[in-house]
Amino acid sequence: MTVTPLVRVQAEDFDAGQEAQELTRNRKDVGALVSFVGLCRDEAGTLSALELEHYPGMAEAELTRIANQAIDRWPLTGLTVVHRFGKIPPGENIVLVIAASAHRRAAFEAADFLMDFLKTRAPFWKKEHLVSGEESTWVEAKSGDDDDAARWVNT
Amino acid sequence: MNIRYFAWVRERVGVEEETIDVPGNVKTVADLIAHLKSLSENHAAAFEEEDAIRVALDQLHVEPDVSLGDAREAAFFPPMTGG
Repeated sequence: MTVTPLVRVQAEDFDAGQEAQELTRNRKDVGALVSFVGLCRDEAGTLSALELEHYPGMAEAELTRIANQAIDRWPLTGLTVVHRFGKIPPGENIVLVIAASAHRRAAFEAADFLMDFLKTRAPFWKKEHLVSGEESTWVEAKSGDDDDAARWVNT
Repeated sequence: MNIRYFAWVRERVGVEEETIDVPGNVKTVADLIAHLKSLSENHAAAFEEEDAIRVALDQLHVEPDVSLGDAREAAFFPPMTGG
């Protein structure tokens, strides 16, 4: 049976526990569930909020493409990706990835793969709002993120 | 053609979205960027760091040498920083 990923792009917060339950509800074949939550950190008290801009339509489409690549690559029983947009204060959730599988390795690797490609391919951009009131600035992409994504080629 | 801009590219151009007539000699994404740069000082400033700009045609990532084909929408944006 082909697994269909659950992909959502939303302003509202999500409940990681509830989303995890959805992947195991009424099933007895799931042996491993790996969940990753990315949160907004305050950068040692200097950041007042992150503002996430996205490309509506493409954000959902690209996340779905990445999720389907993971489903083709690992024997997953389910995969959930939720990404928020809008202004997010420190301590709040930004992104959720949950991979479910019969065994742990596939679930760990699929969640890791999802996050690496989400960071370099999904059309979201972060702007930092500072406590000091100084002009807010766009976060620059890190070359390390490209290196992380490149790990999955030819492996 | 519908053109969309995001993040600092949007801020530098000064609009989120615009519809432009694509001249017949504009065949590829790189040609389109060259054409957009000629539209205004803001456009020229936005595309100054051309290597730093990513492109999507009809919501799919593409490289600058790709033909525009019959794409209806092109989007320009900086490297992504989600997650």
